[in-house]
Amino acid sequence: MSAAVMPQGRRPRHLTIGRIGVYAFLATAALFFLLPLWIMVVTSLKPMEEIRLGNILALPAAMTFEAWTKAWSSACTGLECNGISVGFWNSVRILIPSVILSIIAGAINGYALSFWRVKGANVMFGVLLLGAFIPYQVFLYPLVRIFSLTGIYNSLTCIVLVHVIFGLPTMTLLFRNYYAGLPIELFKAARIDGGGFWSIFFRVILPMSTPILVVATILQVTGIWNDFIFGLTFAGRENLPMTVQLNNIVNSTQGERAYNVDMAATMLAALVPLVVYFVSGRWFVRGIAAGAVKG
Amino acid sequence: MSTVSVRDVTVAFEAVQVFDGLSLDIQEGEFIVLLGPSGCGKSTLLNAIAGLLDVAEGQIWINGKNVTWEEPKDRGIAMVFQSYALYPRMNVRENMSFGLKMAKTPRPEIEKRVAKAAELLQITPLLDRRPDQLSGGQRQRVAIGRALVRDAAVFLFDEPLSNLDAKLRNELRVEIKRLHARLGKTTMVYVTHDQIEAMTLADRIVVMKEQKIQQIGTPDEIYHRPANLFVAGFVGSPQMNFVKGRIENTGEGLSFLSGNRRLSLSGYPFVTAPSSGQDVVLGVRPEHLEISSTGIWPGFTVDIVEPMGADTVIWCSDALGSAQVRTSGSRRPTPGESLTLHVDPSQVSLFAADSGERL
Repeated sequence: MSAAVMPQGRRPRHLTIGRIGVYAFLATAALFFLLPLWIMVVTSLKPMEEIRLGNILALPAAMTFEAWTKAWSSACTGLECNGISVGFWNSVRILIPSVILSIIAGAINGYALSFWRVKGANVMFGVLLLGAFIPYQVFLYPLVRIFSLTGIYNSLTCIVLVHVIFGLPTMTLLFRNYYAGLPIELFKAARIDGGGFWSIFFRVILPMSTPILVVATILQVTGIWNDFIFGLTFAGRENLPMTVQLNNIVNSTQGERAYNVDMAATMLAALVPLVVYFVSGRWFVRGIAAGAVKG
Repeated sequence: MSTVSVRDVTVAFEAVQVFDGLSLDIQEGEFIVLLGPSGCGKSTLLNAIAGLLDVAEGQIWINGKNVTWEEPKDRGIAMVFQSYALYPRMNVRENMSFGLKMAKTPRPEIEKRVAKAAELLQITPLLDRRPDQLSGGQRQRVAIGRALVRDAAVFLFDEPLSNLDAKLRNELRVEIKRLHARLGKTTMVYVTHDQIEAMTLADRIVVMKEQKIQQIGTPDEIYHRPANLFVAGFVGSPQMNFVKGRIENTGEGLSFLSGNRRLSLSGYPFVTAPSSGQDVVLGVRPEHLEISSTGIWPGFTVDIVEPMGADTVIWCSDALGSAQVRTSGSRRPTPGESLTLHVDPSQVSLFAADSGERL
């Protein structure tokens, strides 16, 4: 039997002092960011008597979901006491059309800009991007005036329109860059095959866009769900989104401040983006990578 | 009548003018190869013919119709791309029938044409696969099939074999040639930078450089009578040998003179009459240099010997420069050996040193 050929020298050690330091830092950082979440969860599960004792880190002694049901269905947002559920459904009603329309608009924009090379496309794209860098507050007053003149101010249409408009720069950028990475020959082949603007988009380009559609959906769902100022300004009293309702619950308490209800309401409001991240995090990473590598 | 006619076409990318009045006539059923180095404008020309690129001036005619402003689909063309450009979310059958579906062809007709093309290219077993389940060679076959079902009068190929490995490239090259023969009257325009593809496939080769056509001719003409120094140097491997010298009129007619070397040009078919004392470049293909003890050019030393199987390339040099000689595979001189070379005056090419044009 021949002697095995061995690598020379000492095997490199995997656990070094530097490595331990890195892990310690990571653990501390994780704890630091998890702490508020921990406090929120335990507080929301405690009755008020327990909260008054002040041990904010302690586990609840008598666990109760009362605060959650109250936050959902009977907490007071000003004069009405229907909980945050009203806001939840308002948010859903705003979210669905806004996400769908803004993604469609961005995808078509990006497709036209990167494949059809419209005259002045680069200037147009530049102007559009510029819009993304101007603070929203600047637009508020002019938009309010425009919408009230056209008579759609304080309506669902109004708030959806606002979200679509303000989503346009990012969505266009996202899709344009993704499409720029697709081989242009694919588009040329489709044109020779007789595809027009729409048929190439729907039959060739869109079926290849799954990764970027997922990324766009995540960005838009979280962005629009978490929006506060547009909802407050444009949605009107009937359609106030969950974020605005949450603010009302937390800030309009009379008498004792119900910390457990506030915490539960906040977590309910954060639930949708959280679910989106958990379900599609894998896709999110894949989508970003797919933009970089030619398929 | 010509099927494709490019008349005085100018293409401009923003401020940069790519072509300035380029013309080309292609006959029906002809296999034309556009050959040139990267960036010579051959793909641009193909895209202009396809209608994927707007021309600024001039006209493009296909099948006796001015199609300068027609959509690509209305030009009666089919195109095959280097990157195959198969629609990734469709299977092979859907890829091949996409164009026909767009043209609202009745379903039985689509199925008939797809089946026929698939059989011709031997891809029938692959019809239900998706492009990512195919090898490179299979993908390019499908891409050719997709062009085939269009029943076009003109086929455009944009470097279709460049992404394939050497063996597959040879196989598909032969297959394309066979396809052209079988289709009969189909005109093919084929862009490549590979001179072997150009030589083997073309009825006529169009050699391009810096957005200008250098020479149009049969592979034989291009190889044996290159129109200028660029064509002479670009086509042929190993490269043509170039020797600088001048023309002298001795008592018994014109001669080429370089150092103490002399070559009588009495048998050379001049295109333009040279003047005595003119500076010229003599071009000799490596296979037209012969090793012979009775040769006219003595005093070469062997530097390197490259055996290539069927033949051997010998790099040799003397004080004036180097030369490559292609001989039969059995001949193996050793480096350092001295050689005498013989040149057949009827096989050489002469170029004016200043303009580079053939004399």
